[in-house]
Amino acid sequence: MIRKLFDKIANNAVPAVFIIISAFAIPLSGYSASYLVQELLTRIGRNSFLILSLLIPIMAGMGLNFGMVLGAMAGQIGLLFICDWGIVGIPGMVLACLIGTPIAIVLGIFCGYIMNRAKGREMVTGYILGFFINGVYQMTVLYLMGWIIPITSPTLLLSRGYGVRNAVSLLGIRGILDNLIPTIITGTKDAGQFLSINGAKSFMMIQLPFIEGSIRVPLATLIVIALFCVFIMWFRRTKLGQDMRAIGQSQSVADSAGIPVNRTRIIAIVISTVLACYGQIIYLQNMGTLNTYNSHDQAGMFSIAALLIGGASVSRATIANVFAGVILFHLMFIVAPVAGKNLIGDAQIGEYFRVFVSYGIIAIALVLHAWRRNREREAARRSLRGNKGGE
Amino acid sequence: MSENNTPLLRLDHIGKEFYGNRVLSDISFDINAGEIIGLVGENGAGKSTLLNILFGMPVISSTGGHEGALFVDGKKVNFTSPNQALAQGIGMVHQEFSLIPGFTATENILLNREVLNGSSLSYLFSDRVSTLNREEMNARASAAINTLGVNINPDMIVSEMPVGYKQFIEIAREIDRKNTRLLFLDEPTAVLAESEAEILITALKKLARSGIAIVFISHRLSEVKELCSRILVLRDGKLITDQPAESLSARQIASLMVGRESEKKVDLQKLPEEPEDIESENASDSLTQQKKKKKIRPALKVEHLWVDMPGETVRDVSFEVMKGEIFGIGGLAGHGKLGIPNGIMGLYPAGGRVRLFGRSLTLNKPRKALGRKMAFVSEDRRGVGLLLDEPLDWNITFTAMQTQGRFLLGIPYIFQMRNEHAMRKEARKYIDSLNIKCTGPSQLAGELSGGNQQKVCLAKAFVLRPNILLICEPTRGIDIGAKSLVLDTLKEYNRENGTTIIITSSELEELRSVCNRVAIVDEGKIAGILPASSPAEDFGMLMMGQTHQEEGEESA
Repeated sequence: MIRKLFDKIANNAVPAVFIIISAFAIPLSGYSASYLVQELLTRIGRNSFLILSLLIPIMAGMGLNFGMVLGAMAGQIGLLFICDWGIVGIPGMVLACLIGTPIAIVLGIFCGYIMNRAKGREMVTGYILGFFINGVYQMTVLYLMGWIIPITSPTLLLSRGYGVRNAVSLLGIRGILDNLIPTIITGTKDAGQFLSINGAKSFMMIQLPFIEGSIRVPLATLIVIALFCVFIMWFRRTKLGQDMRAIGQSQSVADSAGIPVNRTRIIAIVISTVLACYGQIIYLQNMGTLNTYNSHDQAGMFSIAALLIGGASVSRATIANVFAGVILFHLMFIVAPVAGKNLIGDAQIGEYFRVFVSYGIIAIALVLHAWRRNREREAARRSLRGNKGGE
Repeated sequence: MSENNTPLLRLDHIGKEFYGNRVLSDISFDINAGEIIGLVGENGAGKSTLLNILFGMPVISSTGGHEGALFVDGKKVNFTSPNQALAQGIGMVHQEFSLIPGFTATENILLNREVLNGSSLSYLFSDRVSTLNREEMNARASAAINTLGVNINPDMIVSEMPVGYKQFIEIAREIDRKNTRLLFLDEPTAVLAESEAEILITALKKLARSGIAIVFISHRLSEVKELCSRILVLRDGKLITDQPAESLSARQIASLMVGRESEKKVDLQKLPEEPEDIESENASDSLTQQKKKKKIRPALKVEHLWVDMPGETVRDVSFEVMKGEIFGIGGLAGHGKLGIPNGIMGLYPAGGRVRLFGRSLTLNKPRKALGRKMAFVSEDRRGVGLLLDEPLDWNITFTAMQTQGRFLLGIPYIFQMRNEHAMRKEARKYIDSLNIKCTGPSQLAGELSGGNQQKVCLAKAFVLRPNILLICEPTRGIDIGAKSLVLDTLKEYNRENGTTIIITSSELEELRSVCNRVAIVDEGKIAGILPASSPAEDFGMLMMGQTHQEEGEESA
């Protein structure tokens, strides 16, 4: 009984802590509700896709896919090419995806193959593999691009003639998906004011009486994310999804039932890597600039932290966890710097929190996972004994 | 089942050698449709090798294949993988559950045989992108469960089921295969309560009436007798008997299984039903006699011990060992005999009460057990027993140094170092007295042969000057010459120092030759304790799950 209660608390401790922190920090920050909603909508659009890409490997029992940074790198290479070729807008994004996909597939197969050799240690393997591929990526981008790989645009290349600059502007595709279907939610009384400022551009405008100011909705991005959620729900119901669930729970049983374990695990990682590639492209089209050498680094860690904050564990994650995670994680980041400044007089506290919290949450999740697995093993041993003997 | 029908499966002079070590020879028998056959035999009798051959396990082909031939429906077959056997309608239900805990009954029964909705995408990729047809799946699962005559909700999650249900799900999975004609069940009742086992037996009978042949492997003789129409006994790789079940009594089966080399098959069959059955009081009688004679007190008293040792679970064990006694613990592998000493020494989570010379012993703390002058020789010689990459003198003195602070120079708690000289001297003493074949005390333990390694383990235990010595599998994996030497050493040590010794071994003959009394463990409990001089088949009966009461009922 007490054990059950304890389980319940342990399972939801992380989201609960974040809700409490936010509850204190929101009033301290002094932000208006519509500002917060605006910021959150932007971040949901920016990050959800990346986080959703983590779900399938978790289903297949491979833990949190730290190897998703491989996909992020593939996406960035796609973006570098379209920048060089000067292809803008939606065609540019689609082309970046098309270029990134085969790279992501190859990297995913590689990653899956290695993870099959390191069963039970997928997470740390994926993490270190991220570092390794990062080296290959940096070599490609820093030395091979402009030298062997044809990149010619002087705005991309370093002045020495090869290698890509650290900061690449993605003006050509900036916000292109977010603003594909321009949508504004305004308060009834602010509508006229809004129209007079923005002119007669074609907006889809929704007027709600209880809102102050105006909120831009990245509708197209949200639709893409919604479609992706539908994809995941459908995927869970397929034979492949069923096989992955089986493998996730017991590889040996799945194997003896004739499910191709290794192949299925590779498929899971490939899907995750390809989706992470698209996720990174969506993320960067929102940001508008590409930090050639750093952008992908944080993609993995922040996505994983957000998912865990949403209440997911190493072995179980749902779509609801993804959105709860994005909202809680980013809500804190929006309010923490201002709250910190108002409270202590230092905005740095927010940035400090961001990194500290991300690593801390991942560490806690891993410890909880190990602890729970040990207890499950113990319970399994006890059950072997039947009801005889004591506790 | 008329005689001129071709048998479902025919085994023709099957034999198998592993690296010159013969494990099976000349096994021939037929299995007909709808027949239930009981296959019994001790550990190492060759049951698992026979199954491996029947299912084309890679372990057989990679060690040079087997002798003889298999015929299914009169056609010669040569399986190279279990899937080929499955394709011929030969299924197997394993001893361990191969079920996915978080899946429902339906999902498990139809694992990897799911009913799929057609999908246009499947032409583009493969069938794996089609969605599952849950309704159809549930219908099929229910049908398979109903065939067994039990009532299980197909939506129930396996991890929430009682153990008995899991066994049914496992069997239902085999039934759902459309072509299943022959089903091997390996110890299906081992995890079941009596009432559950009864339901299973009824279900199996029903299944056999529908034409499916069943091979039932079990050590519970009463169940074998109740269920099976024919009984096959394997011993030392040979088929000892193949008879209708009615013509054999449980006692005869037990003696056939345990049997001694000198006895002939014919003699055993004529074995009389012994009039003076051993009563359950017998063991305690001899105990009280001993007590009266020597006025000795129990050195070790174990009450309601349970141990969570994986694969060797101990459920509820109570026994007493007298001072100066050599006490044997025997039984089939996996029934918990190894768990008892390991649990007493604190190597695996354990509970219950253990009293050592009248004072209770703290469980789960190996250090406490060692501190009470108990010594332990593990069955896992290379893993737990020895530091393989360290020299012999280290190995021999290591435990004494760690727990008793011997072989050390300097001031305790402040500064201490090894007394190399004393260590080497002690090691030499044991190398001589136990006749350990080595180049000297500085040779690495990993370089010795199995028999000599075992002697090092014994020396390590002797150095502790124990009051009680627990030894697991003293002769496992060592050659015959070394075996008798090890056993003689133990007897001698017991005689000279009056040390109480508890030996756990799978080899019954060995226990009977060394021990005063032998306890037989069955399914995590003590089935009985007998004087070592009792006839072998009495031990056999205990091993086969025949407690004295059941035996009485049967003869009545």
